[in-house]
Order: sequence, then C-alpha cells, then structure tokens
Amino acid sequence: MPPAPQTSTRLDAAHRIGREIAAVHAGDVDKNARFPRESIAALRDEKLLSALVPVELGGMGMGMMELSTICTALGQYCSATAMVFAMHQIQVACLVRHALSSSDLRAYLQSVASEQRLIASVTSEVGVGGDTRSSICAIEQTQDRFVLAKDATTISYGEHAQDLLVTCRRHPAAASGDQVMVLLKQGDFQLERTSSWDTLGMRGTCSPGFKLTSSGHVSQIVPGDYGAMSSQTMVPFSHVLWASLWLGIAIDAVARTGSFVRAQARAKPGVVPPAALRLAEVSNMLQVLRISTHDVADECERLMSSSEGNEAMLAIGFSLKMNNVKIYASEQTVAIIQAALQICGIVGYKNDTKYSLGRHLRDAFSASLMVSNDRIYAKNASMLLVHKDP
Amino acid sequence: MEDQIRNILKEHGRLASDAATLADNADLYQAGMTSHSSVNVMLALEAEFDVEFPDRMLKRAVFGSVASIRAAIEELTAA
Repeated sequence: MPPAPQTSTRLDAAHRIGREIAAVHAGDVDKNARFPRESIAALRDEKLLSALVPVELGGMGMGMMELSTICTALGQYCSATAMVFAMHQIQVACLVRHALSSSDLRAYLQSVASEQRLIASVTSEVGVGGDTRSSICAIEQTQDRFVLAKDATTISYGEHAQDLLVTCRRHPAAASGDQVMVLLKQGDFQLERTSSWDTLGMRGTCSPGFKLTSSGHVSQIVPGDYGAMSSQTMVPFSHVLWASLWLGIAIDAVARTGSFVRAQARAKPGVVPPAALRLAEVSNMLQVLRISTHDVADECERLMSSSEGNEAMLAIGFSLKMNNVKIYASEQTVAIIQAALQICGIVGYKNDTKYSLGRHLRDAFSASLMVSNDRIYAKNASMLLVHKDP
Repeated sequence: MEDQIRNILKEHGRLASDAATLADNADLYQAGMTSHSSVNVMLALEAEFDVEFPDRMLKRAVFGSVASIRAAIEELTAA
C-alpha cells in the first residue's frame, strides 16, 4: 500500500528541516553541548510536536510507523534533534494511550497541539540503579493537591521543556514497583541542577541531573498503573523510536561512505576500488537494521490498534522482542559506523571533511548505554527461564 | 493448592504484605511483586505443580493475584 499523500508531505517536511536547519547547526550543537533550539523551533512550526495527538484534539493522529520514519529522517542530520524529538513523542504517546479518559489530560493534549509544548521525561532516579520500574519518590497527597520531590540522575532537555512527565510511587507506603505517572506543567515545578552534561556524544540533548520539587492537582496523575503503561507504551515507543533514529545516524554514515567510494571510482574508471567490497558489506548490515526496525514498528502499530493486541503487549514474549530490537539496533549502529570509518579512513576520522564520522560514532556509542544493554540482557535472561517459544 | 500458591508467593514474591493473609483478588504487583520476582514465582509454581505455563499465559494479568494464579494452575492441571 503506498503511503497517504499526507504521509510523504510530513516526511518531506522532516527532511527539509533536517537538511536546511538541523544539519546546519549540528556541529555547533555538538561542540557546545547546547540545545538544538533552531530545529526544535522548526519542528514546532510544522506542528510536529503534536504528531501523535489525535486529530480531534488538534494533532496529526500519526501512527508508530510514520513516526519511526520521521525519527530516521531527523537522525540523518542531527542526532540530538532526533533524540529530543523522539523522547518528547514517547511522553506524548503515554498520555495519548493512557490518559484520554481524563478530561483534564485531554485538555492538556489539546494545548500540546495548539501551543506545541515540549515534554521532558523524569524516569531516572538516584538510588534505583537505573531501574525505571522502581521508584523511591512518592506522591504525597492532601485532599485534591499533591507534592512530589525527585532526585533525578538525568533529565534530557529538562531546562528547555515546558512540562515534565514523572514516574513515582503511588503513595508514601506503596511498594517500589507500584508506580504512577504524573504530569507537571510549567509553574508546577522547580529544577535544581545537580550535575553537568559534558559527554562523549549526544551532547545537544542537555541531560544533566536535577533535583525536582513540585506540587499540583490530583487530576494531573495519569490514571492506571505505570507498569502496564511501561510495557504497552513507554518501552515499545522508546525502543522503536530510538532504533529508528540510530538507523538514521547509520544511514548518513553509509551515505558519506558511499560518496567517498564513488569519488575513488570516478578517479579511476574501469577499476572497482577495493573499498567498494567493504561498502557492499556495510550496505548489507544497514539493510538488516532497517528491516528489523521497520518490522517491529509495524507490529507495534498493528497491536496498538486492537484490544487483544494491547493485551498481547503485556506478555513476556512481546517484552523480549522489544528488548531485542533495542539491543540489536544499538550494537549494529555502532558496528555500521565503525565499518564505514574503516572505509573512509583518515578523511572520515578528521572532524572537518565531508566524510567526517566522528560525531556519528560518538553519538551512536550512547545507544548501548541509555538503558544499559547489560541490564536489558539480564531482564531477557530472566524472562527466558519461563518463556518457551524461541 | 491455595496454601501451596501462598507459600510460593511468600518465598519468592518479595511481597511487602503477608502472603498468607492477602485477599484472593489483591493486586500482587501493588503488594510489591516485580517483573523479576514474578519470574521466580512462575518457576516455583512450574516446579511445585509439575506444569509448564504456555507463552500465552506469561503476562501480568495471569500472575496478578492469588485467584488468577489458581485459575491458571487449574486450567493446566485439568487437562
């Protein structure tokens, strides 16, 4: 089935923003570890921050597949722009899929569309050892108001977002895994920076630690429990959209390598440059990464469209698959860029040529660390003790 | 069967409350069970009742309460 005309228009817009804005500032964003404000502003202008918001609430009503292709497009020009965009969409997805029963949260999603508000995620916490499925902080409720304080190890673009979506325990006596999500709007919270963000890559995501203090109305607590939201939405959207943008980084690396090899070939027509064989290998790796990412995005979109599908997303088999796509994409992206660098050689290693791959590689190294692959492997190891069908 | 299930929950479920007195329909995840401890509960149940949970049963709802675990075991041992 060919994509709807609208779909290609949106994808075209993402490529235009990537080419004309994100790519122009990507070097400076990386060098100065600064927020990619120009490209996020351009995405706002195209109303892409409300891509997932249902049409009746003023958004685009986009599905996972199309959003995946947009993340891949942005990843080809500026990894930080693509990651900020993806992380925001993951937050919107949680609200769109779990909060529509609340009239206040529906109204909030309308404001995401009309005001193009940017939402940051506060799932990390000092003391939980990187496990987003357990919290120390808890909602403290008095009548219809609550207060919430959280010591977050990292909040990506925390100083640039209007609003925050925070995980915490349901009440002060709740078990560590009995979590809810809470929306904090500008004015509800204060952030006190507790660490720096001078990193190897993904520098423009601006993700230092913060101490969060906040208060709000109980209607800002997303109905239901975070455990189900995590399995049905947070994890699938995170892993698929991250994989999609990492794929974008790999695509640009292979594109640069291709133009390097073609330049060699043009210099000596009639002789296939030895590097062309390596390029053929990298092209093969890229194709498998692309297929793997698309396949899972497509499956997620189908499952999300029915109640049986949403039920199936709570099963261990689905979690295994979602974890595997993240592990594979994170490792394969680095492998592809490294192979591309081997082909381009010194001109790829240099930071100031049209074949430079340093930023690609540094950004891609974050992939196996943002939710550590070792932690994910350990979860899969545990699930495989009871899961039977390979 | 009920006592065996509750003993397994007590030993492997990492519950904050007493598994022996927990209501039949009480949410085990809210009582402190994590996805990691739920796997240990599944393994202990498979050993105790000499069954294998098919993959379709490996989801939160099936292991969410004493009552739902009992229903699953009954389904597997009835055949």
